[in-house]
Amino acid sequence: MGMFDFLRAKKNTASIAKDRLRIIIAQERSNLGGPDYLPLLRRELLEVIRKYVSVDADAVKVDVVKDGEHDVLDISVALPERA
Amino acid sequence: MAEIIVVTSGKGGVGKTTTSASLACGLARRGKKVAVIDFDVGLRNLDLIMGCERRVVYDFVNVIQGEATLKQALIKDKRFDTLFILAASQTRDKDALSTEGVEKVLKDLADDGFDYIVCDSPAGIEKGAFLAMYFADQAVVVVNPEVSSVRDSDRILGLLASKTRKAESSEGEVKASLLLTRYSPSRVETGEMLSITDVEEVLGLKTIGVVPESTDVLNASNKGEPVILDLESNAGQAYDDAVARLMGEDRPMRFTQPDRKGFFNKLFGG
Repeated sequence: MGMFDFLRAKKNTASIAKDRLRIIIAQERSNLGGPDYLPLLRRELLEVIRKYVSVDADAVKVDVVKDGEHDVLDISVALPERA
Repeated sequence: MAEIIVVTSGKGGVGKTTTSASLACGLARRGKKVAVIDFDVGLRNLDLIMGCERRVVYDFVNVIQGEATLKQALIKDKRFDTLFILAASQTRDKDALSTEGVEKVLKDLADDGFDYIVCDSPAGIEKGAFLAMYFADQAVVVVNPEVSSVRDSDRILGLLASKTRKAESSEGEVKASLLLTRYSPSRVETGEMLSITDVEEVLGLKTIGVVPESTDVLNASNKGEPVILDLESNAGQAYDDAVARLMGEDRPMRFTQPDRKGFFNKLFGG
């Protein structure tokens, strides 16, 4: 920290806003394409899995992907590394 | 063919009604026949901004429910012969509007020779907002350069791309553009506010107008005279530019750079 830092312009909060918006909007757009139940399904799966294994909140990924004619529910769970 | 324009935003309080009123007045001032409809059932306000609140006898819901004819319910503006207002109902019945009812009113207006129908959407993503956008050809998404407004606008863009007649019928898509309000060029310059480019990049849309933060907007609504009528104000001129662009004119953006007035000029109002 320099002595005169307090003289500098205020922190550039607009760029923080832009970064946050980019991330949340990208995430919401990817959820929006799928059925409405995906977020809830993801949350409940996470709860069930956590009864048996201690996983991170972002360890469960639930997506609907197209496979030719069919929609496929694609669930992947990243297990923690063994200690 | 009437062009149906929805003015929408998701978030409340960003300037939808102010924008609807000004766009409608601006189009009428250019000689177009314009109807502006308040879709905010239960929370009527367009009439106040347009300054015709004491002349509302019948409203949108009365027309849809067959209690009044469209002709009876349309309020003729006192400033422009070709401008008409259709007020929202103050009923608390959320289901007062129906898709068929709205479609019929819009069709009747088109048959009556209206050039533009401006639909003033309520905030939120409930039925009123859905119906305001459902039949639109074009959407003006009003956004403040602020995180919650930008995020909500993106939700609205998602709905415009999926829950409209155009989206459902593969007739193409609703053409959407942004209208930034409460823009403060000096705060953008100091990095305290999202810039036009920031908002355009995040939402992936082009801007049709930028209305600077201005005390004239409140003064205009106090008087019931849409701010576009005040051509001495920056906000009024910015709305007039937006109307020109809406009609296909190419105009450079104004009032997007900080004021370079010196201290003494500011002091003496020069």
